[in-house]
Amino acid sequence: MSIRDQACVTGIGETKYTRETTRTQAELTFEAALAAIADAGLEPKDIDGVVPYVMGGVIAEDFITNFGLPDLRYSALTPMGGASSVAALQNAALAVAGGLANHVLITLGRGALSTGRITDRIGQMPQFRVVGEFEMPMGTVAPAQFYAPMARRHMELYGTTSEQLGEIAVTFRKHALLHDNAMMQKPMTLADHQASRMIADPLRLYDCCLESAGAAAVVISRADRARDLRQPPVYIGGVAEGHPDSPSTITQRPDICRIGLAKAAPKAFAMAGVTHQDIDVAEIYDCFTYIVLCQLEDMGFCAKGEGGAFVQGGRIALGGELPVNTHGGLLSQAHIAGMNHIVELTRQLRGQAGARQVANAEVGLVTGYGDLGDGSIAILHR
Amino acid sequence: MNAPNYDKPLPDITALTRPFWDGLREHRLVLQACARCHTVRHYPRPVCDRCYSMESVWVTGSGRGTLHSWTVNHHPFHFAFKRESPFITSTVDLAEGVRMQAPLRDADASQLELGMPVELVFEDMTPELTLPAFRLA
Repeated sequence: MSIRDQACVTGIGETKYTRETTRTQAELTFEAALAAIADAGLEPKDIDGVVPYVMGGVIAEDFITNFGLPDLRYSALTPMGGASSVAALQNAALAVAGGLANHVLITLGRGALSTGRITDRIGQMPQFRVVGEFEMPMGTVAPAQFYAPMARRHMELYGTTSEQLGEIAVTFRKHALLHDNAMMQKPMTLADHQASRMIADPLRLYDCCLESAGAAAVVISRADRARDLRQPPVYIGGVAEGHPDSPSTITQRPDICRIGLAKAAPKAFAMAGVTHQDIDVAEIYDCFTYIVLCQLEDMGFCAKGEGGAFVQGGRIALGGELPVNTHGGLLSQAHIAGMNHIVELTRQLRGQAGARQVANAEVGLVTGYGDLGDGSIAILHR
Repeated sequence: MNAPNYDKPLPDITALTRPFWDGLREHRLVLQACARCHTVRHYPRPVCDRCYSMESVWVTGSGRGTLHSWTVNHHPFHFAFKRESPFITSTVDLAEGVRMQAPLRDADASQLELGMPVELVFEDMTPELTLPAFRLA
């Protein structure tokens, strides 16, 4: 059985994204969820499946209690850090395709204090047990430090430059300026990027994503239930998750520049029955600029080592061959751990992206990346 | 671990990994190996991913290796590393065929190249805890 085109994104919802908040993760999550359910033209009681974000503590029972759900019959978690949201699409698509649920709600919220700062959060994740023992005691405690050696080796092997990483940050900032729910509203030049302070060489401040508060949610419906809803259905054509070799520590990986998405991407393309040339728009998980470059390579948009050249010359900007992160991404819109990427791709494929709209966008992809290399990918189409 | 004045993150040592840390305290690099197929593995784990044997032994490593990658930590992220920032963290291919990460001491980051030879040194942090570091060989 293939799940190709058996599930659709039917509703999307977001809160305002901010740097700080006094609101709880639960409040923000429910606000985004209600917005997504209303966008689909559904009532909360229609939701019979939930896949909440692992971190924080909003669980299936909270939706039953707060939304008065009479018959929640499917719930799951996808503990993959930043790959969780897109992996949840796979999980929800399976649930509706298998007849276990009709409308599955996927949520992700980051509120005040509930999830803490990043170095506190990752210390609680079982996926980080190994680095917690063998790398954190010597000072490698935060994601920028985990991923910097990947980027440094890529530069040494292939001649990738800081300016090429900067082009990614500058492009996404341009896109964020076209979005009224993007945290960063000040233009950025390549010179600004080059002048930003070094965090973990070669990653500068502007190579690193934002920390944000807010929530986003999507509703996934069975295709035969989606056609009568309020919005044009956006079909999940192909979806996959992939885990790198030695998933719990980058250090032990045979090729530290290759991530789980390299395994997942061919499966998603094959399931969807499309090629790279068919992709009109891509929303790519961008915790760091280098991770975008690495994913472009591992998905096969270019060969390993050619990512630096690929991102130059406006190719990934609106109007270019492959517009990437039309909402500004984690780098310039907000860090909603990839759920905001799914929301944006859905808007693009509905033709609702306003000033950022990619003309005639029919097929797009969204990726997730997290937990030191886990990858997830969904290919959506209208 | 008894470390009243030590403010850096402590390793959460388990029965599985204890020999590695005991070895460091004795200034020896001790690596886990499969008792059946002799494949050296790091970091320690319960099963050999080559032959699936659950029997393991501990072997003494040479401490010699080559530079696989590195980063210079300018932003410490944890207050206890602020006083030594910026510092270099190296990822090293050990001669035994495994890789490990540790600080690289006394090196100029602008002079580093992939494949440079390095050697392990032992840094006594507390009476209970010795951490590994590397120097250019």
